[in-house]
Amino acid sequence: MAIGWYLTVSALIFCIGAAGVLTRRNPLVILLCLELMLNAANLSLIAFSRMWGREDGQVFALIVMVVAACEVTVGLGLIVAIYRRQLPIDVDELNELQG
Amino acid sequence: MSPTTFGWLILLCPLVGTVVIALDFEVFKDRVSGWIGTSAIALSFAFSVAAFIALENHSPSDRQFTSTLWNYAVTGGLDAKLSVLVDPLSVFMVLVVSGVSTLIHLYSVTYMTADRGFNRYFAYLNFFVFSMLLLVLAGNFVLLIVGWAFVGAASYLLISFWYRRTTATRAGLKAFVINVVGDVGLVLGTFFIFKHTGTVDFAKTFKLAPQVFPHNSTDITVGCLLLLVGAFAKSAQFPLHTWLPDAMEGPTPVSALIHAATMVTAGVYLIARMHPLFEQSTTAEDVGAIGGCITLLLAASVALVMVDIKRVIAYSTMSQIGYMIMAVSAGAYSAGLFHLMTHAFFKALLFMAAGSVIGAMAGSQSLDRMGGFRKALPFTFACFVIGGLTLSGLPPFSGWLSKDDIIGFLDNRGGLFLVLGIAAYVGAFMTGIYTFRMIFRTFFREPVEEARELEHGHLHHAEVPTNPMTGEEEDTDVGFPGPGHYIAEREMPMKVAMGTLALLAVIGGVVQIPGVDNGIERFLEPTFADSHLKEPSTSSAWIGLVVGALIALAAIGVAYRLWVARPEIPVMLRERFPGVHRFLSNAWYIDDVIDIVIVRPALWSGRVAESVIERIVISGGITGGTVGVIRAGSAAVRRWQTGFLRYYAAAMIVALAGVALYFLISST
Amino acid sequence: MSQVLFFIAAIGAIGGAFGVVILRNPFYSVLALVVHLISLAALFLLLRAEFVAAAQVIVYAGAVMVLYVFVVAYVGSGEELAGGSALRILGPIFALALAIELCIAILGSALKGISGKGAPYLLGFGTPAHIGRLFLTRYLFPFEVASLLLMVAAIGAVVLARRRRGLEGPDEQFEERISAPRPAYTGTLAEAAGTRAAESAAPEPDAEPVTTGAPNPDQGGW
Repeated sequence: MAIGWYLTVSALIFCIGAAGVLTRRNPLVILLCLELMLNAANLSLIAFSRMWGREDGQVFALIVMVVAACEVTVGLGLIVAIYRRQLPIDVDELNELQG
Repeated sequence: MSPTTFGWLILLCPLVGTVVIALDFEVFKDRVSGWIGTSAIALSFAFSVAAFIALENHSPSDRQFTSTLWNYAVTGGLDAKLSVLVDPLSVFMVLVVSGVSTLIHLYSVTYMTADRGFNRYFAYLNFFVFSMLLLVLAGNFVLLIVGWAFVGAASYLLISFWYRRTTATRAGLKAFVINVVGDVGLVLGTFFIFKHTGTVDFAKTFKLAPQVFPHNSTDITVGCLLLLVGAFAKSAQFPLHTWLPDAMEGPTPVSALIHAATMVTAGVYLIARMHPLFEQSTTAEDVGAIGGCITLLLAASVALVMVDIKRVIAYSTMSQIGYMIMAVSAGAYSAGLFHLMTHAFFKALLFMAAGSVIGAMAGSQSLDRMGGFRKALPFTFACFVIGGLTLSGLPPFSGWLSKDDIIGFLDNRGGLFLVLGIAAYVGAFMTGIYTFRMIFRTFFREPVEEARELEHGHLHHAEVPTNPMTGEEEDTDVGFPGPGHYIAEREMPMKVAMGTLALLAVIGGVVQIPGVDNGIERFLEPTFADSHLKEPSTSSAWIGLVVGALIALAAIGVAYRLWVARPEIPVMLRERFPGVHRFLSNAWYIDDVIDIVIVRPALWSGRVAESVIERIVISGGITGGTVGVIRAGSAAVRRWQTGFLRYYAAAMIVALAGVALYFLISST
Repeated sequence: MSQVLFFIAAIGAIGGAFGVVILRNPFYSVLALVVHLISLAALFLLLRAEFVAAAQVIVYAGAVMVLYVFVVAYVGSGEELAGGSALRILGPIFALALAIELCIAILGSALKGISGKGAPYLLGFGTPAHIGRLFLTRYLFPFEVASLLLMVAAIGAVVLARRRRGLEGPDEQFEERISAPRPAYTGTLAEAAGTRAAESAAPEPDAEPVTTGAPNPDQGGW
């Protein structure tokens, strides 16, 4: 398949993830949508890597995966901490980092 | 040893004296620092005599010696070095300065004995002598300006010596500010001259002057006028003279040294030294002579009504310096410097005698309260009379020869200077009157209470020390005059100093009798060889001398009639002409004019600057405005931090879309 | 054949993505994401990225998603409240705008880089051997940094989620602490900025104010 197909899929997934981030109020689901966006980026990286015939893109994608894992870990830890303090799990209510 | 070695030694002695006294001021007890100071200056005088002899060993045409210790800044067209110039003029000045200073130091050892600031006094006084010698021995403009500034500083320190007296500190400030105005003139004048000659060294400048400056061109005139500003400020000439009467707040020896014999003559020295420049600009010469003449008449008229004994002598100084300035501006260099020398003698003598009288009066200086001290203070009376006769210009005293030498020269030169000469005769008449007014009021008529006590051997002491000018009470702690009162009859050092000066005042004139021996003129000849103005002939000089003597006698007669024979006449005159009396008492209201024209606008602009510019513009506008702008900007930005996560995300997505759109469009 | 596979994987991926966004229950969203990840792994295989595909399945779908499942189970999949805000409608619109832009960019003839046939296939492309060699030679530094990052994240997660007072009883003290009024000036940024007055009346007697230089709430100071 021509690379344009893969890139289009990647773009669509990215935008769906963006819509999810903007629309949902549960922080867990927002993190999942973030994962979507990261995966979309990964897909385009792998596609380009195949196009140029070099594995650098794949290495980059692996690093992105590592970072995504870290981010998920910390984010979920935050959500657990929030839950422990019995605050509402709703990003619209958690708005004190303001001013 | 060469003359310049002596020159450096002359400078070294008072410097060492200052440093030693200043550093050990807590160690020295009693009057040790006084003797150290006096010996330092006496040593300096010995070296001056040695320099004089060394100079005499060379032929007259070969008597200019310079010596450089090191270079300050010899680069980029400037050649500022630490160099002295030893030639007849500077040796003459050094002899006068160090000689009179030695005697005044001797006098001060007694006069300031009980004062808590004794050590400080001698440190300052030695520093002053060092600065004056530096000024006189300087070999280039830079060092001259350094000495000039130091002398001004020393004057300030000594005028406000009794620093807890408000009148004294205010007087010191006034003197210093006016001196600074003179400094500005001096520096700017130097610059104008340096601009053309390219060198600040004296010898080189004077050699270049006739070639570089066309006669009476603008630059040299402006430069010389600025130098005149400096000279007038330092020598208390009109219109920068208002500081000198107030400077009488300092101790009497200080008045004797600084404000009679040495510092105020620095202006005369300046003009004499710069004579090659002044001769290139007749305008500046005329201005100088006219200024001197105005001061002469102004000061003499004011001295006629002054009541404070020291202020009478101060205005007398101003008047006599007017004579000297007139002389050196007109080209009578040796006459002017001769008068400088004799004036140093008799004026210092008068101040010292006045100090003795003030001691007898327990600190009071008012002529209204004095009278009949003839029997109580015989030695002081004799000195006062000698000084007064010399000042009035009676033969055969030295003052007669020097003053009438000047006037004779002026008459001989003719034109404008003849008019000035006649004005000078009028001034001489007034001089005689006010001098003997002072003498008659102090020593003749009925003895006052203090005099009667003193005749019985009891020196009067004030119960409560008071400020002689304002009458407010003081104490005798540090910063105020000490509790001691000293008169010459009882203190040997004072007697020695005053006696020496009296002797010099009497016989000092023998070195310059026209037609017999022109000692001073011949001695100073090498310095002034390039002057194109000639001394008058002997016969015209003698005519002037006779006229002067007659005027002096007439003045003494008038004074005797007014204040001894018919003392009710001055009272009647004052009642008949109250306006004139007030005008003269307030020194022609010049102080008030300066206050209105200069001081008040300056204060007003300072207040405006503080309230408007400082508060409103800078604090409010510039700093406050900057702060306000940043605060407003931050407040605006802060409104975007809502805390809603999704809005942040939305902003990012929209921005991303915008950037992508931009690139999309720009790539097509 | 590969094209068919491509379309199946692509539809799986996009469908999973839609599922993540649309499904109400967070648990169902997690499962949709798993589907998405596996479809993506299939796409990677089509692109000859064998190692990455394996890593995707093992690490991403296998470990990260399991972690997610745990947390969702712990936190509880509460039903989401219907919230009213403009972003419910604007969000999808922004995303749609972005999607259109990207598609125009990709499918339009602007990008030269994506036209053409691409590189020939080298034997061993995308194998662990090649990836490993790259990691250990050219990208050694990012490799090490990534491992450091993992360690930091692990420590961070432990710190964030631990109990404050060790393995004591349930969180009664937490409840007290939270329901008790918070002392003033204990450091929310809102208080510092002055846009939100202090929650409480009097501070607790043994609570020390933590701020440095208590700011004046009237002034909106720095």
